[in-house]
Amino acid sequence: MSHGKIVKVAGPLVVAEGMRDTNMFDVVRVSRWGLIGEIIEMRGDRASIQVYEETSGVGVGDEVTDTGEPLSVELAPGIMSMIFDGIQRPLEVLRRISGSNIARGVSVTSLDHEKKWDFTPTVSPGDHVTAGDIIGTVEETSLVTHKIMVPYGLEGEILSIQPGSYTIVEPVAQLKKPDGTVADLVMLQKWPVRRQRPVKQKLSPDQPMLTGQRVIDTLFPLAKGGTAAVPGPFGSGKTVIQHQLAKWSDVDIVVYIGCGERGNEMTDVLNEFPELRDPKSGESLMNRTILIANTSDMPVAAREASIYTGITIAEYFRDMGYSVAIMADSTSRWAEALREMSGRLEEMPGEEGYPAYLTSRLAQFYERAGRAICLGSDSREGSLTAIGAVSPAGGDNSDPVVQATLRIVKVFWGLDSALAYKRHFPAINWLNSYTLYMDQIGDWMNRNVDPGWHDCHDEAVKLLQLEAELEEIVKLVGYDSLSPADRLTLEGARMIREDYLQQNSFDDTDTHTSLAKQFGMLKTILDYYHEAREAVQAGVAVEKIFALPAAERIARAKMIPEEQAAAYLAAAQAQLQEEIHALIEQEGEEHD
Amino acid sequence: MIKEYRTIEEVAGPLMMVEAVEDVTYNELGEIELPTGEVRRCRVLEVDGTTALVQLFENSAGINLEQSKVRFLGHGLELPVSEDLLGRVFSGMGVPIDGGPELVAEKRMDVNGVPINPAARIYPSEFIQTGISAIDGLNTLVRGQKLPIFSCSGLPHAKLAAQIARQAKVLGSDEKFAVVFAAIGITFEEADYFISDFNRTGAIDRTVLFINLANDPAIERINTPRIALTAAEYLAFEKDMHVLVILTDITNYCEALREVSAARKEVPGRRGYPGNLYSDLASLYERAGRKEGSSGSITLIPILTMPEDDKTHPIPDLTGYITEGQIILSRDLYRKTLLPPIDVLPSLSRLKDKGIGPGKTREDHAGTMNQLFSAYARGKDAKELMTILGEAALSDVDKLYAKFADAFEEEYIAQGFETNRDIETTLNIGWKLLSLLPESELKRIKPELIEKYLPRAEQ
Repeated sequence: MSHGKIVKVAGPLVVAEGMRDTNMFDVVRVSRWGLIGEIIEMRGDRASIQVYEETSGVGVGDEVTDTGEPLSVELAPGIMSMIFDGIQRPLEVLRRISGSNIARGVSVTSLDHEKKWDFTPTVSPGDHVTAGDIIGTVEETSLVTHKIMVPYGLEGEILSIQPGSYTIVEPVAQLKKPDGTVADLVMLQKWPVRRQRPVKQKLSPDQPMLTGQRVIDTLFPLAKGGTAAVPGPFGSGKTVIQHQLAKWSDVDIVVYIGCGERGNEMTDVLNEFPELRDPKSGESLMNRTILIANTSDMPVAAREASIYTGITIAEYFRDMGYSVAIMADSTSRWAEALREMSGRLEEMPGEEGYPAYLTSRLAQFYERAGRAICLGSDSREGSLTAIGAVSPAGGDNSDPVVQATLRIVKVFWGLDSALAYKRHFPAINWLNSYTLYMDQIGDWMNRNVDPGWHDCHDEAVKLLQLEAELEEIVKLVGYDSLSPADRLTLEGARMIREDYLQQNSFDDTDTHTSLAKQFGMLKTILDYYHEAREAVQAGVAVEKIFALPAAERIARAKMIPEEQAAAYLAAAQAQLQEEIHALIEQEGEEHD
Repeated sequence: MIKEYRTIEEVAGPLMMVEAVEDVTYNELGEIELPTGEVRRCRVLEVDGTTALVQLFENSAGINLEQSKVRFLGHGLELPVSEDLLGRVFSGMGVPIDGGPELVAEKRMDVNGVPINPAARIYPSEFIQTGISAIDGLNTLVRGQKLPIFSCSGLPHAKLAAQIARQAKVLGSDEKFAVVFAAIGITFEEADYFISDFNRTGAIDRTVLFINLANDPAIERINTPRIALTAAEYLAFEKDMHVLVILTDITNYCEALREVSAARKEVPGRRGYPGNLYSDLASLYERAGRKEGSSGSITLIPILTMPEDDKTHPIPDLTGYITEGQIILSRDLYRKTLLPPIDVLPSLSRLKDKGIGPGKTREDHAGTMNQLFSAYARGKDAKELMTILGEAALSDVDKLYAKFADAFEEEYIAQGFETNRDIETTLNIGWKLLSLLPESELKRIKPELIEKYLPRAEQ
């Protein structure tokens, strides 16, 4: 272990000399408090260190100790339902140690090394295992079975393995390696956060990650293993969307990173998630969620690390064969942390002061997402879906972070402050958002929901586009100059916007909509439009159609609980048909 | 033994270099003793070998490289605190300026604060009634929230802030309440307005004032918000008071930061502001809140003027990303003498949803709020269309919406700076306005609530 002496302190950046024996990206302990830092640059025997804790009181001559290890996370049972800071220190434990404020230099293990877990082997002595093979399981929470895998780089024959109660650092099995030596296998694995965890083979995404959010599932679906970005100015609902995705995504595990955001938002998640129930199992959502919190008042360097900490944990669960989703709110704060460190290192800035390597770092992050065949002989499949919020300066999407992100991600949910002002939430702009997964997902939906799904989707998109064009005309010449057919188009698009796309995250019923109900609602609105068009062609005045009670009934469909939705929509359909036919007949009689 | 250095090498703007120092640490507080015996304070920004780069907290006039002495005190800038803070007036650096005695300190607290563990925060959910409909009804403030006022030069944000400070109360509660007011580079007149308003209402006895005026050196104001928040933290978290903090004007604070950053020759972010402006502002705003171990709270209302009325300027922009909403003032409303000129559509309170509803305000609050918002938005659209194409171009429903928008501005928003409306009154005015619209338009309100609350025309 080598020791150095500090020669310079500038905020979160510390320079120490006597560091020739250390490695780039080693973790070091700084000063008498033992602050955690990471070496990010070496010149001669001088190392530049970014310190993950407040450096007030650190001075020249203070000692720096190399730990000889890169910044790593602990991976083992006990990780689920936890809230960590950016370098995986458990915040609940910190609170017990240092009270309601975060003290410096507190040294704790990320996971509980004392707690015993019931381990059930899934292999027997004599079996040959390789890296990634599952040797046993631990029922970690009611929703997650933690699979214990052979660590990367190991293979051999199981000599002994016993069910029982173990801590994560006690050997659960012995492995005879090909060279004849024997290794103890423990449940705890460590993995350096800046290194991608290996997989056997990457695959292209092929099925949707359902979110229960109508505008997302219907118009701009995301695939499991895909990547998405949610840019938007403040107040446009980025965080609410991220929270909704964390709540309702049909994945096995959710890793939520609060990166440089509000402290109360993390508290909100901590309060709310244990109360929320998984729609499938009825279990608490916290049982499948891991939180990483680096709030905006916490040290800036740890913000940079939090993204990597989060995605490494997510990869670990993907390696077990789970579908995992990671939400990062907000990647802009991460980019700003990069910019701040880059500035202190006196690097030549790129656009808007961001370092020139911003794009490649972002790409490296998002590329760690994907669907893959995991290591191990059973060829299980896992997926890791990454969703990043972006907070562009001034809400302007020409922001370097937005532009760099858009070159990488496949789904873009563009938030619009004009919609937010009208309280149209989620404020995802349907004209400029996009998804590149429509082909795969459209087929999947046709097969699994309804053969007419793709057509309904296309028609809804077309109506919204037509509306935008007609709105331009209305602005020039007024609503009265539109033909009845055009007015009907406007009405159809309005219904899609208000009665379908708008969704209230804070309403118990509306917060989540199943695919079946989504399709039913959209189909009913489109049917209304089709029927009404026939009526207009038959000469019925549009005002009469707009005044039909059936329209209001359709509008209220979102408030109807799931189990009654099918019956309600069928009744609305029947009422609609009846009322429209009555109008057409009446019209016919008047002409006779 | 504290060493004294006579090795000042350089003074340039707000920065000073001291050579041949030993055992100086980052962020340490220093004192400069001038040949006249006057003592000024400074802090260490960077130590490199035996050179310390120091930021002055006060004016550099009179510093003499040859004869001035520098001492480093071994700790950061601290504020002496005790309950006697209440009713006192201090300078922007925390020195009493009301002619009263020195504060007998119960303890000294570091002004930089310590980040709150998010696992130990208590989510703010207690409704604060400000008596202002545009806030209570539509952008509800809760205890422990940070809700800035985005203003423009020439708008009466001071009156609004004073009104909030005067009227704010939590229903059915008589807990200890205090106001911490920090004037950051504002004019004497504006500061005087606040002080006389506090005097007039008797609030002055439970108020702590920190005053840095426009003619005080800009670098002095970098510490003013931190000192004020330290006082607030002491009162809230150690004395269990509910503290309302008003910081005005954050724009002046950011300009002072820019001055220091430019002097350090840092790579600038947008518009020359330092690249870490977001983190810096967050280190102020995030000190608001509630936390375990104390029944007190800090509710923070920073006021900032948007340069060129531009919401995308870095100061309002970054503030909006940190705070839990914003109250935006509008020049248009002000010109129409609709006061307080709160532009409700772009205004927002992120914490309102947990602070309203049955048991807190009333069951119909959420629904009417959403309905008023969307109706007003549609009404404004309709009015815009009307100015281009004339009233005839509007559909009948849109004409009603246009009428609604006018009535809404007149009756709901324009209540004046002296009216104090309770939440029942605010909600009932909302219903009265909504009754201008056909009932079938009220899709955001549950039918049973419409049945119960919508005023019906006499049969």
